[in-house]
Amino acid sequence: MMFRFVRRRVVVAALAAAVALFLPAQLGRSAQQQKLRIAAAADLQFAMADLSGQYEKQTGTATDITYGSSGNFFTQIQNGAPFDLFFSADTDYPEKLDAAGLTEPGSLNKYAVGRIVIWVPTESKIDVARQKWDSLLQAGVQKIAVANPQHAPYGRAAVEALKRAGIYDQVQSRLVYGENISQAAQFVQSGNAQVGIIALSLALSPAMKDGKRWGIPAEDYSAIEQGAVILKNSQNKDAARKFLEFVKSGSGRAILARFGFAIPGGAEKSAR
Amino acid sequence: MDALLLSIRLALIVSAILFALGLPLAYWLTYSRWPGKFIVEAIVALPLVLPPTVLGFYLLVAMGSRGALGRFWQAAFGHGLAFTFTGLVIASVLYSLPFAVQPLAGSFESVDRKLLDASAVLSAGRLRTFLRVILPLSIPGMITALVLTFAHTLGEFGVVLMVGGNLSGATRTVSIDIYDHVQAMEYGDANRTALGLLIFSFVVLSIVYGVNRRLGRRTWAPWPAR
Repeated sequence: MMFRFVRRRVVVAALAAAVALFLPAQLGRSAQQQKLRIAAAADLQFAMADLSGQYEKQTGTATDITYGSSGNFFTQIQNGAPFDLFFSADTDYPEKLDAAGLTEPGSLNKYAVGRIVIWVPTESKIDVARQKWDSLLQAGVQKIAVANPQHAPYGRAAVEALKRAGIYDQVQSRLVYGENISQAAQFVQSGNAQVGIIALSLALSPAMKDGKRWGIPAEDYSAIEQGAVILKNSQNKDAARKFLEFVKSGSGRAILARFGFAIPGGAEKSAR
Repeated sequence: MDALLLSIRLALIVSAILFALGLPLAYWLTYSRWPGKFIVEAIVALPLVLPPTVLGFYLLVAMGSRGALGRFWQAAFGHGLAFTFTGLVIASVLYSLPFAVQPLAGSFESVDRKLLDASAVLSAGRLRTFLRVILPLSIPGMITALVLTFAHTLGEFGVVLMVGGNLSGATRTVSIDIYDHVQAMEYGDANRTALGLLIFSFVVLSIVYGVNRRLGRRTWAPWPAR
């Protein structure tokens, strides 16, 4: 009797699991085929949302955007991640993918030049615009948020600027590393870090534009030239190409300009 | 909503698979007298102590387009394994293995050996003894195994992040979704999703432990407690 009790329930559970396994998979799958899968660097968190929203309105093509650190996407793409487009926060990663034969030849395009700023929340007593680099040396600053320089281009730029300004050694022990520039921004926006060196595009976003910022002089770090590339195993290369053209068109550039991105001067394709 | 359904689906499938796999493995671990058994026990327990990123890293390499498993899958099925729901299922099965096997093995262990001897004396074979004597007496262990596996898979983050690729509809589980919302500074959405998951998990666990208590107290009765 006990046995039949157990067996009945095991059978029911197995059937439920089987239903759960097969039904939604079929329902969900076809919808996914049409969407353009974009891997976007974290500094594009808000700009890409605007770009894809505008693009969808104009053309009806839906996009599926995943944000993260450029370095992580690089690793994932090397291991077969099924993205159509990769918008990196630098040109190194797309060029390496190109060299490894994982991209559509000739599709490498510089789409923007990023900037870094020192940012504090509105309530902060630090006047970053006036104190500039000294903001980081103020008494109350216990933690300074930057993106992880090991794999995030904005992190690399921040560390480079700190070194050129000559204060890296003084602040190094107080740096906290976000997994990507978005997380670094979130650290300082939530007050867990008192100051942050973040992307201008994030500082101009609705969530952060009320804060106080100081644009770090461009001479203090190598230009953050951002490159995009179409991936070789994309199933949607035409749509990808059209989206890339949109990003580089007048309306695309207008959206990027709103987030503080500069347009890369000179050659559009990588010279290498 | 998408992410929550995806997570629940993943947890259900993984629990079902691990239940099916865990029973024979736990049985073997309890009753086998092989001198090398401790090696298998250690392997089963590994996911308990390893950081998720270790397992995630090795799985990413193995299931990726350059790994052995990934290439086999590509050849056999025409598409990759990493960054798919199936890849997540495999990763989760490995990651939650000890949470299924250990409660089951513990339950089997606590079954009085005299009952097993009596069953043998009455000429019941090993399978019959297992189904008619050991399993009914191990219901609390089975329920614990199911619940722990379900909950553990639902809460998985590190492995999913490394192996999943955060693709909406396929691998963006609820834990990743919350992480995404926080990074986008959408704290309202993050809170709603997190709270929803918390309440769901709490309700599921309460129901299961409540039922378990009633069953557990009358394990020797022919009828389940009403």
